[in-house]
Amino acid sequence: MSVDAAATELRRIAGPSALGGGWRRFFDLLWLIAVNKFKVTYVGAVLGYVWTLIRPLMLFGVLLFVFTQIFKFGGHVKDYPVMLLFDVMLFTFFVEATQKALTSVVDEEGVVRKMQFPRLAIPLAWVLTSLFTLGVNMIAVFIFILAYGTGPFWTWLLLPVLFLPLLILTTAVSAILSALYVRFRDVQIIWSVAAQTLFYATPVLYTLDAVPHQFQWLILLNPLTPIFLAAREWIIDPSAPGAIDAAGGVMKLLPAVVMFVAICVLSVWVFNREAPRMAEEL
Amino acid sequence: MALETRADADASEGDGVGKGPVGLTAGQVAIDVRGVDKTFRIPTHRIDRLKERLARPLARQEFRQLEALRDVTFDVQRGEFFGIVGRNGSGKSTLLKVMASIYRADRGSVSMAGSLAPFIELGVGFDMELSARENVVLNGVMMGLTLKEARRRLDQVLEFAELEEFVEVKLKNYSSGMLVRLGFSVMVQADTDILLIDEVLAVGDAAFQQKCADVFHQMRDKGKTIVLVTHDMAAVEEYCHRAILLSDGGIVEIGDPAEVARSYLRLNFEQGYEFREGDDTGMAEGIRLVDVWLEDAGGKRITNVEQGNEIHIRALLEAQRELPEPQFGFVIANADDAYVHQFQASLSDSGQEGGLGPGQRVRVSVDVENLLSPGRYYLHQGVARSHNRNDTALWAPQVLGFVVFGDKQSAGVVIPEHEMQVTTEAGGTE
Repeated sequence: MSVDAAATELRRIAGPSALGGGWRRFFDLLWLIAVNKFKVTYVGAVLGYVWTLIRPLMLFGVLLFVFTQIFKFGGHVKDYPVMLLFDVMLFTFFVEATQKALTSVVDEEGVVRKMQFPRLAIPLAWVLTSLFTLGVNMIAVFIFILAYGTGPFWTWLLLPVLFLPLLILTTAVSAILSALYVRFRDVQIIWSVAAQTLFYATPVLYTLDAVPHQFQWLILLNPLTPIFLAAREWIIDPSAPGAIDAAGGVMKLLPAVVMFVAICVLSVWVFNREAPRMAEEL
Repeated sequence: MALETRADADASEGDGVGKGPVGLTAGQVAIDVRGVDKTFRIPTHRIDRLKERLARPLARQEFRQLEALRDVTFDVQRGEFFGIVGRNGSGKSTLLKVMASIYRADRGSVSMAGSLAPFIELGVGFDMELSARENVVLNGVMMGLTLKEARRRLDQVLEFAELEEFVEVKLKNYSSGMLVRLGFSVMVQADTDILLIDEVLAVGDAAFQQKCADVFHQMRDKGKTIVLVTHDMAAVEEYCHRAILLSDGGIVEIGDPAEVARSYLRLNFEQGYEFREGDDTGMAEGIRLVDVWLEDAGGKRITNVEQGNEIHIRALLEAQRELPEPQFGFVIANADDAYVHQFQASLSDSGQEGGLGPGQRVRVSVDVENLLSPGRYYLHQGVARSHNRNDTALWAPQVLGFVVFGDKQSAGVVIPEHEMQVTTEAGGTE
């Protein structure tokens, strides 16, 4: 054992926290846990991956049938099936990541109570795992899009720009939910209802112009909305209005942006506040 | 059981116990705990529904304050093996968790010099669905190693745990012994300057325990700082340079491990065990238990009995209606509720004719030769209306709990008088 200066100097320990133990350890851990979870889900079971793909595909199939065969709405939107498929995948990522992250801290009780551990790594590992799944799913989606005869467009290169705000928002929501669930166990039920509502409050299966004017502001409060508006223009149909045009001006997008920032700020505040106490509250 | 390796361990250690940490430079403090307070707020009515919180946003939650730690101050020297002992609920685990950054102190500070292993129990963070390889790497990263370092250390860890052939086996297929070995190995190979350990000495089979004992001595000799929380006074006396005794969240004694261990035992047996009242498996019809107690040879009430001392059980009962031919009985049961002794007597045994009338009081006493091995025992009391045992008037399970204390340990329930000899056979093998 080396007797270096660092080992002889007394440093005050800070107690448990969201990131505790330095950034490098945090990201190493986050990466490792996510990779391990991904492996457990997909490598162990051959059907593991198939199932995660089947869920959004089923949803897609049902929605496609309902909105092209029953309601005929789909006929008014160019390349509706591929738009729907892409949107469903995107939204599935958001819902799955947040739902898994929600219970994660409680599920990892043993670790939280017996180890100095960056608390935030636990919910975020699930977000990262879901992101891996989304990545794999995207391959299937783009094959489908090409087979359908859409694209390729150069704007496909903007995919990371599309994912980044979605990832940040998912992360923020996951952090809030996982921290709240430690204290309030009905958050899970509340969130499953909220996520359902959010599905219809996001332009996943419709376009914004189909929403009656007096309700558009409601949809535009949703921080997910701009992401899905941009997705349609960049990925599916370059002739479709972009996020700003579809909303009707930059100012119309402001509420969603404000919500986005507010959720991020809230998540930092909530998680930092709760992290030191999680071990005791469990 | 604790380490059974004292003779060997002492031999390898050379200079014996209590001589002060090896390689200790005077005045080098490794852990400094100053005025640490920790209070848990235990809600009397826990609001764990957001619904409730939102419905009554201003409602104050009512809390019971539980002071787990009160103004705890001590320091641990670099290279010291330091013990923390105390009864259950004395705050020792809380203290360890505050030191390990798992809990946050309400007041006061904890400072450390050097790196700290972040877990306090073996095998924390193991994922049963993953292989040993993946778990060891993950654990290494949890302890602050980089991914590269953690991978490099893998072989050493598996070699120490003697699990090289099982690298790719998922932990869910490991036996509990293998898990313990892996957990211990991960901890040992962590190579941090400071280790905080909660009750890990009593693990594994004899051979592995020997290995653990060697490792602890090696660590001590290497000048690592180790804080150990345990109930095992033998371990404290064997390994620790110093120890503290906690009671009700405060330090009662600090210093020589042998003295601390003695104080711990004294404290443990003075306070006794509180019996459960109102156990609903019990019943009373026609007779009431007024009092039941243990006393020493001088007639003084006691709560615990020293090994070998006769057990004097006394009870006072009051009949509430006519009992023609009451039978009185006691059962002594061990902690697993196995009946060790049963005693039974009636008034006619003492030459008294007739039964009991309402309001009449009975005194029951039993003096029992104490062959019990050290441990926790319970007293059940029963009264039957007549010789028919099923005609129960009173059944009071666990009416009293007591501890038999002493240093002659046994895995059996009783230690009868015995003589045992081991001799070498003359002549040898042929």
